[in-house]
Amino acid sequence: MTETTRKKGFSRRTLLKGTAGLAGLAAGSGAITGFPYVKSAETKVLRYLGTAVNEGDDISKQCLKDTGIKIEYITATTDDVTKRVMTQPNSFDVLDTEYFSLKKLVPSGNILALDAKKIKEFDNITPVFTKGQTPGGKKIGNQGTAPWKVLYLEGKDSKKFATSATEFVTLIPTVYNADTLGIRPDLIKRPISSWSELLNPEFKGKASILNIPSIGIMDAAMVVEATGKYKYADKGNMTKEEIDLTMKVMTEAKKAGQFRAFWKDFNESVNLMASGETVIQSMWSPAVTKVRSMGIACTFQPLKEGYRSWASGFCVSKGVSGAKLEWAYEFVNWFLSGYAGAYLNRQGYYSAVLSTAKAHMEPYEWAYWMEGKPAEKDIKAPDGSLLEKAGAVRDGGSYEDRMGGVACWNAVMDENDYMVRKWNEFIAA
Amino acid sequence: MDTSEDILQQAPPGLIPGSGTARAAKPTRLSPSFISWLQAGPMMLVFLAFFLIPLVFVVIVSFWDYNEYQLLPAFSGRGYTDTFEGCIAQLPDLCTIARTYLMTLKLCFLVWVITLFIGFWVAYFLAFHVKSKTWQMGLSLLCTIPFWTSNVIRMIAWIPLLGRNGLVNSGLVKTGLINQPLEWLLFSEFSVVLALVHLFTFFMVVPIFNSMVRIDKSLIEAAYDAGATGFQTLVNVIIPLAKPGIVIGSIFVITIVMGDFITIGVMGGQQIAAAGKIIETRVNALQFPAAAANAVILLVITFLIITMMSRIVDIKKEL
Repeated sequence: MTETTRKKGFSRRTLLKGTAGLAGLAAGSGAITGFPYVKSAETKVLRYLGTAVNEGDDISKQCLKDTGIKIEYITATTDDVTKRVMTQPNSFDVLDTEYFSLKKLVPSGNILALDAKKIKEFDNITPVFTKGQTPGGKKIGNQGTAPWKVLYLEGKDSKKFATSATEFVTLIPTVYNADTLGIRPDLIKRPISSWSELLNPEFKGKASILNIPSIGIMDAAMVVEATGKYKYADKGNMTKEEIDLTMKVMTEAKKAGQFRAFWKDFNESVNLMASGETVIQSMWSPAVTKVRSMGIACTFQPLKEGYRSWASGFCVSKGVSGAKLEWAYEFVNWFLSGYAGAYLNRQGYYSAVLSTAKAHMEPYEWAYWMEGKPAEKDIKAPDGSLLEKAGAVRDGGSYEDRMGGVACWNAVMDENDYMVRKWNEFIAA
Repeated sequence: MDTSEDILQQAPPGLIPGSGTARAAKPTRLSPSFISWLQAGPMMLVFLAFFLIPLVFVVIVSFWDYNEYQLLPAFSGRGYTDTFEGCIAQLPDLCTIARTYLMTLKLCFLVWVITLFIGFWVAYFLAFHVKSKTWQMGLSLLCTIPFWTSNVIRMIAWIPLLGRNGLVNSGLVKTGLINQPLEWLLFSEFSVVLALVHLFTFFMVVPIFNSMVRIDKSLIEAAYDAGATGFQTLVNVIIPLAKPGIVIGSIFVITIVMGDFITIGVMGGQQIAAAGKIIETRVNALQFPAAAANAVILLVITFLIITMMSRIVDIKKEL
């Protein structure tokens, strides 16, 4: 009942706003008002800048249906999203970005923190973000730019990250995952259990890592630590000496012909793996799914040293205020209300508010994706295509096991400038 | 200048501002050189607004400082000193920038030689062996086929052909010529050069063909009549007269390959350094001044190469 009342309220407000907007527009532009202008005044439009991860067409359609907010996606790579925030802060309203870029975004002053009190489900956000532990109480690795280190600001317009909870939230968490190496079990034919296997001469010419310096070096650090050569204080914030050491190990491997190719783009990683050019490489979860959906065996291999994790969330451009800011809150609240969370969970990511997502998923789906249980029925992707046959178990198991096994987070280092130079040297070697 | 005035004299009245009917009605005192400037004006403005001014900005920014999230407009040579880091200290080992340019120049040279060779003979065939204009047109359009697909598709298309389990390797293994698949077919300098040649031969064909069709056929007949062999005619008549086309084609190919990083990245498996790649990495890390400094360096080096080439042939005179 409350549901329906609320919806009615929304539509009345929409109507009022629409009419007011229309009147204003008509007054402002006089006779030249064309049809498209009228239309845009009727709908609440938010320009949404982000990577492709969260940007499902189904999500925007459902959002329009539920809230009347029209989402206009502006899709870019992680690097380009950051670049755009820096150089064209007025070209978007809602920003969907990763926590590690906050070290660059917050000091620039181009984004606005959101008010936690206005986020309905804020208290239900998984403790992964707020406390650095799983709901089951497992401590999560805090190396790198872990979300809880940069979740709060000291004040509304502050450029300083607060050490304890405040109401000013840099990014309202939406989606996250734990990344590891992808392997071709049919070609490797033996169990793989450590990151160090990436540099195992057995896979000479058949290994790959990703050529995005800030993420690539983290994978490299996982490998170096797994080989026992060095133990980092913080893989996500290396000293110059540690960067040198890491790149030296990787350069030697590169010169010895360990790597078939580096990849930069989702499709490249899928093609390398599917064609058998590589048999072990750093990979993203949906890329593994894609290879598997081509009928090729591919495992997102859990490793004993743990996962490298990433997380993203919402904030708004500094140019957003008034009614638009209210729509932004309405949209973020809608995003956390379950539909989108279930959608993301079904793609193999994790949603920030677990309870609402669970309510939007079938029990057998929840059991497969989140509890690591064998699938009772065939598991389907959000678009209806078959992902796994009944009986399959998710790689890495349950949410507790996967998120609890996170060792480090994507990061921007203090020595980022030096690291980028060293990465160029590595490519040139 | 001579050329444009020639055109002016030939052009029908009415096409030139201030000529024809306008002149008949009211005699104007527009000098021919002013008219030439006027005609070149729009192009100059476009160049100024979209090339020269941005270029000036790039040079200025290359001398700025920066931090993690913004440009600091204070004079700093950091972009340059960082780029040449270790170039003296690491001797005799080469520093990153030297290695990168060495590799870029090597790829550039290989691609240039091969596209020139292939492009010359394709143009020769089109100009002297294909008699019909329609066929000449049709066949040169065929050369544009490599441009019909995007870079990503091209990359994906090479894997089934050159990959470890690709067509070429499985063919060679089946015929017993090799036992193990050849790894260097893909993600290597070989595949980079192959892809670049495949793409850019067209840029050689067009200007060379253009020069060749303008060669007066009677000159070639005269050479034969004077007893020159086919080879002598080629070396002494055709090549010298096709020189402008060769130089223009070379400039196209060299400038494109010097700045390319996408094809080199995709076909080289991201393991081969390219001058353009350094710039891209810097831009992606929001280190704009460093990227600008590298862009200036690339520009200077490319400009030097072009200057050297135009020393060999005076394009302005030849045209």
